[in-house]
Amino acid sequence: MSAQTEPPTTLAQFHGGLKLKDHKQLSTQTAIAKLPAQQRYTIPVLQHIGKAGEVLVQVGERVRKGQMLAQSKHLLSAPIHAPVSGTISDIGNYPVPHPSGLPAQCIIIDNDFENDWVERNPVGDAAFHIPPSTLRRMIRDAGIVGLGGAGFPTAIKQTEIDIKTLIINGVECEPYITCDDMLMRERAREIIAGSEVIGHIIKAREIIITIEDNKPEAIAAMQAAIADDTTGYFRVQAVPTIYPSGGEKQIIKVVLDKEVPSNSLPNDIGVLCQNVGTAYAIYRTMYHDEPLISRVVTITGHGVRQPQNLEVAVGTAMQACLEFCGTYPQANTDIVMGGPMMGFNLHSSKLPVVKVTNCLLTNTSASNLAQPQSASHLPCIRCGRCVDVCPANLLPQQLYWYSGARDFERVVDYHLFDCIECGCCAYVCPSQIPLVQYYRHAKSEIWERERERKEADIARQRHEAHQARLEKQKRDREEKLRQKREALKARPADTAANDIGKNAIAAALARVEAKKKQLDLAPKNTDNLSAEQQQLIDAVEKRRKQSHQQET
Amino acid sequence: MLFAKASSPYMHDDSSVQSIMRKVLYALIPGSLAAIWFFGWGVLVNILIAAITCLAAEAWVLWLRKRDIRNTLLDGSALVTACLLALALPPLAPWWLTVIASLFAILVAKHLYGGLGFNPFNPAMVGYIVVMISFPREMTFWTAPVGIAHSELSFLDTLQIIFSGHTSTGIDFDSITMATPIDTLKTQLGLEHDVETTRQSTQYSPLFDTISGVGWQWVNAWFLLGGLWLAKHKIIDWRIPTSFLLALTLIANFFAVYDYASYSSALFHVFSGGTMLAAFFIATDPVSASTTPRGRWIYGAGIALLVYVIRSWGGYPDGIAFAVVLMNIAVPLIDYYTQPHTFGKPQK
Repeated sequence: MSAQTEPPTTLAQFHGGLKLKDHKQLSTQTAIAKLPAQQRYTIPVLQHIGKAGEVLVQVGERVRKGQMLAQSKHLLSAPIHAPVSGTISDIGNYPVPHPSGLPAQCIIIDNDFENDWVERNPVGDAAFHIPPSTLRRMIRDAGIVGLGGAGFPTAIKQTEIDIKTLIINGVECEPYITCDDMLMRERAREIIAGSEVIGHIIKAREIIITIEDNKPEAIAAMQAAIADDTTGYFRVQAVPTIYPSGGEKQIIKVVLDKEVPSNSLPNDIGVLCQNVGTAYAIYRTMYHDEPLISRVVTITGHGVRQPQNLEVAVGTAMQACLEFCGTYPQANTDIVMGGPMMGFNLHSSKLPVVKVTNCLLTNTSASNLAQPQSASHLPCIRCGRCVDVCPANLLPQQLYWYSGARDFERVVDYHLFDCIECGCCAYVCPSQIPLVQYYRHAKSEIWERERERKEADIARQRHEAHQARLEKQKRDREEKLRQKREALKARPADTAANDIGKNAIAAALARVEAKKKQLDLAPKNTDNLSAEQQQLIDAVEKRRKQSHQQET
Repeated sequence: MLFAKASSPYMHDDSSVQSIMRKVLYALIPGSLAAIWFFGWGVLVNILIAAITCLAAEAWVLWLRKRDIRNTLLDGSALVTACLLALALPPLAPWWLTVIASLFAILVAKHLYGGLGFNPFNPAMVGYIVVMISFPREMTFWTAPVGIAHSELSFLDTLQIIFSGHTSTGIDFDSITMATPIDTLKTQLGLEHDVETTRQSTQYSPLFDTISGVGWQWVNAWFLLGGLWLAKHKIIDWRIPTSFLLALTLIANFFAVYDYASYSSALFHVFSGGTMLAAFFIATDPVSASTTPRGRWIYGAGIALLVYVIRSWGGYPDGIAFAVVLMNIAVPLIDYYTQPHTFGKPQK
């Protein structure tokens, strides 16, 4: 019992937060049921934060259960696996649960109902003798991502450097959602086994299991599971039920009284936070060699007859889950994936359950979900209720003011990017302004501008380089021209250059003269000439001269 | 659509501007009843004139601006402005004075700036200041509180005075109006009569009760009660009234201790004039007040300081309106420099 009798640490508080009506008892009346196998599964290739994998299979190919379907070499990525054995009937774009509503690449498997698993070799307790890097690769290859909702590839977070505390987060602060609660109640030992593996990987000195105090059964179950731990390595910590204490940064603040610095990760202050569902998935990988191909999903709200938790294979149509729980005749296409505070409306039940689908919240017109009635909202009256409840201690009314004015510089100045979009501000706003919507819009606008700015920067650099090159070419050409022109201008004055030619001519003439002399062309045998001869010669000379003159 | 909003959160706590304004109006009831009891029917008549004028003016502007008239009128903000303004005006103010103040509050101070949520100044106080500066004589038409007046005014007499300026029964105007206690003390101090002498003098002693003025202390007490109810229900922020009253007490106490003869006690200041109305209903107007937690402390204390300065050394009997509007001007600055420490940011 030593684990439970740990000295109760005084808990810190984060600013603001809300006490919400949790509606959790709706879906905790029955044990987790297993949804029967379906005919067809639609598996989106991208189900995590990061890069999508490359598809490893082809249409028509037979795959075994647990076989890897897509994988990426990129670090920030997670593979996906076949939830059943069967045939790939199509690979292409299908609607997926995503706020954008855009279709994405999916692999369609037709189930052959043979439950034909790939060969499995669970490592079991031997995991504790395997180097952490190998275990991390196993977790990565099993396609495990954060199951709390974010879907961040788990292995990346599990660094061995300087992490002292592992928080296994079972807070689940959103109303209606109970999948973590039920998992802790029913599979506490498995969660502990998975947590121990994580603790081994990151060399944690303590593992704290945090649970909100509105889940006494889960607290009891987890405490029972760690009862034989006499080292004090494990500790169950009940925390007050205040939304959003399930947020990573909030729970760290509550339990350890440490603030994760803005723009940093818990790793930076020596903490790793993992969802209980993630710990359970790691247990399945280590002890059953199963990749992440199923999860527990809360099907709840007043649009189903028997709200409950289901163990559902990834890729199952949501409609199948709803029908299993019993739907009402009037067709209801409004489904929120996630909780009422941070989830998003899918507007369709013909979408597949994915790794991060923790809850499907249905609704009826006679719902007790208190909602604003009108679509239009009143102006902000600056009452400051949002300031009082903001867990990031922001000034939501100022963020709203500047987002509305599209003064994005000021919005960033007021720390828009520290907003965790928990929705507390919009929940209490008497003017019923959809504040979070404004912040999401402002964020995406700023990202878009940033991207455009970067592109413009690159384009500008390219343009400038191009201009510089043109400039240089022009300068070179001008320089050459200038030299030529100068040379031309210099020629008349530059006698030396002309002399070379003249001298050459003179020299040539001189050479000819010299040659003439050498040849001795002077008249010969003219010494003893008679008078007649002399007259003849003179006459000839005279004619030659005359003819010469005529010629010239 | 079953989920009314386009994006999460899909839950809401069911609060609304209408319910806030409605609760503010409820909280004004005890103080208003006390004011009617002590200062006569004029208070009620003022409230009615102001309410009709404000609502009509608001409807007209909304029609001009092509806005949703019905829902905006129902948000109750114009009615709150009307009540605050009427409670601040002297009970026998002529009808046109109330109308001018109301029109100015709604048309200029509220809608020329963009309507609800966009007015930098408290509309009621702007309306009050306009008539205070323009019609100083009429702004002194305070009825003497019940028990002191030489003759009580009937409802009809009151109506007649307000709408025509005299009564058919020929009641002497001077016999029913009287300077307020704050004003009286100020005038007497100007004549070098110290506080205690004035309060004991045969001429003025009937004006004063154990704490402050006859009637005034009760009106303030009832506004305090209504205000505490609002603060308890988190309709108003508790910091502004706390800071305002605390600062006013400290400042007044400092000077009273420093010179007892020339300065009234802190208790007198806190329970005189419009102090409680200002503390819980005027300074807490969310639109024009500071919105940061630390800023609200500064804002409240700033109003207290200005109120005290104007009451003690200024030219006007009570300085609430000027103090509030002056601090309204400072709000953007205060808000900018008092941003809370954001989670995860280094401590300054």
